[in-house]
Amino acid sequence: MNNATTGLEARIGLTVGSLSIDVGIDVAPGELLAILGPNGAGKTTVLRAIAGLSPIDHGQIRIDDSVVDDPAHGRFVGPEARRVGMVFQDYLLFPKMSVLDNVAFGLRATGISRSVANQRAAALLDDVGLGDYASGRPSALSGGQAQRVALARAVAGRPRVLLLDEPLAALDVRTRAEMRRELRRHLDSFDGMRVLVTHDSIDAFALADRVAIIDQGATVQVGTLAEVTSHPRSRYVADLVGLNLIAGEVSDGHLCTADGTVVVVADAASGPSYAVIRPHSIALTSAVPIGSSARNVWAGTVSEIDRLGGRARVRLDGQLTLTAEITLAALDELALRPGDEVFAAAKATDIEVYPA
Amino acid sequence: MTRPRTAPLPLPIVALAVAAVCFFALPLIGLLWRAPWSHAWTYLSDDATATALRLSLVCSLWAMVLSVVFGVPLAWLLARAQIPGRGVLRALCTLSMVIPPVVGGVALFFSLGRRGLVGQYLDRWFDIRLPYTTAGVVVAQTFVSMPFLVITVEAALRQMDTRFEDAARTMGAAPGYTLRRVTLPTIRPALIAGAVLAWARALGEFGATIMFAGNFPGTTQTLPLSVYLSLESRPEAAIIQALILVAISFAVLIGLRDRWLGAGPATAQVVR
Repeated sequence: MNNATTGLEARIGLTVGSLSIDVGIDVAPGELLAILGPNGAGKTTVLRAIAGLSPIDHGQIRIDDSVVDDPAHGRFVGPEARRVGMVFQDYLLFPKMSVLDNVAFGLRATGISRSVANQRAAALLDDVGLGDYASGRPSALSGGQAQRVALARAVAGRPRVLLLDEPLAALDVRTRAEMRRELRRHLDSFDGMRVLVTHDSIDAFALADRVAIIDQGATVQVGTLAEVTSHPRSRYVADLVGLNLIAGEVSDGHLCTADGTVVVVADAASGPSYAVIRPHSIALTSAVPIGSSARNVWAGTVSEIDRLGGRARVRLDGQLTLTAEITLAALDELALRPGDEVFAAAKATDIEVYPA
Repeated sequence: MTRPRTAPLPLPIVALAVAAVCFFALPLIGLLWRAPWSHAWTYLSDDATATALRLSLVCSLWAMVLSVVFGVPLAWLLARAQIPGRGVLRALCTLSMVIPPVVGGVALFFSLGRRGLVGQYLDRWFDIRLPYTTAGVVVAQTFVSMPFLVITVEAALRQMDTRFEDAARTMGAAPGYTLRRVTLPTIRPALIAGAVLAWARALGEFGATIMFAGNFPGTTQTLPLSVYLSLESRPEAAIIQALILVAISFAVLIGLRDRWLGAGPATAQVVR
């Protein structure tokens, strides 16, 4: 085997209960891959297989130049020897240890002296802004703080791969945007490979370089965010990630794009941001709508019409490149053809904003 | 005092529960009623009582230690190992909790006695004789009390979220380190409850002890045995000795009740 081999390459075949999983993922050094899919799709099992907690039945998992699981050749490296860090969905901080002991656990387990381990753990806690909580119990932490401790604990041993299982799912909906921003900052400071599992496409957009979409144990589409959002290959992927992503600068409830187009948003954020509009929140009209509650109306030209399932995805060029999703009945009624002029309308309350 | 937050119980249930309380309280009152309070100190400081009490405490504590040393690994095996016939194995290892202790004592005699299946070799090769010795008392007590620890700890291991152990392993912890720093601290309440139950059972052990170890003052006559024998010759001493046993057990149950014995479903199964 080539010693210069780097990256994570996992061909995971395994059966859990009635779900048969056959997923292939590759992660380049320094990359953050999001595995996106609905609950029960097998996402967590994929992470457990990479960590060595669920041995695979067939396939192969390679981390950099070491093969860690290869049932055909009888090779299996246990989780304790894989140098993989994992943040579990509900964080699983050890309840009877102090926060500091939680972070120092892996260091002490691998033979580092108590004083050195504690010193490093304290530095890691400082990095995530929780130095003051070191001597407290995990039960005294909020969800967001527990998540950061879990993250500090997972990276303490300098793993080659960091795995995160739904890191934001356990948090209060109201604080998620803030937590996502914070998590992104912490994830950016870890330069190894990262694999994040989520069922929320916004998490994938905000955090990942590339996304692998899995459903019922199989990979449906893999690509960069731009690829999968603009060209979803199935109705399922379209529903999950076929979003309109508009970059710009937010201030006073307006997002202003680089070329000066204004999007009215209902969000108090400010600074460089993305506005996300789901295609089914965009209404198409053949004339300028009058007396509508939609705060945004943009003119555009139909460039493409895709029929996926019982709906049509209409792509528009103009001030903004947008995808609208309408029923086939609506498509017939508007009698849209590529090249037609239409107006796209979106309510400000249907637009989500997250910081870039 | 807090205000009762539950709905009032139906009267028949309260009546039956009160009857049950009386059923347990009455024998205790009977003992207290017959106790020779004016000479209590004479019997308490009496040599025979002190010797039997000391022997009882020493043997039951040893039985508890042995139950923990062998019982925790056994519980772990029953809870976690993928072995065929686990149900049969569990029944075998907890049988001594259910069979009459006298039967257990006889069975020990035929296996570990001087002519017993294994006992004859212990005697011949190692010069170890268990019957009629203090060590024999400990063996008999361990035999009947270890299952209490095993089922308590096994239940706790089954209920434990094993993903905590997974988390430890992803951080590089070897299985032994994970056991020591994650698994055992997690099941600590059940471990303590099981150890106390085993100890209490050993303290009260009578049948297996008298069959296997006999009844020699100073070496094998524990307090329960002494109570039984004194009942004919010195009934007043017997009552005082019985009250000592009651007092020790009662104190331990009260002291540990809220902290450990009521600590969750792991122990609820045991108290049946």
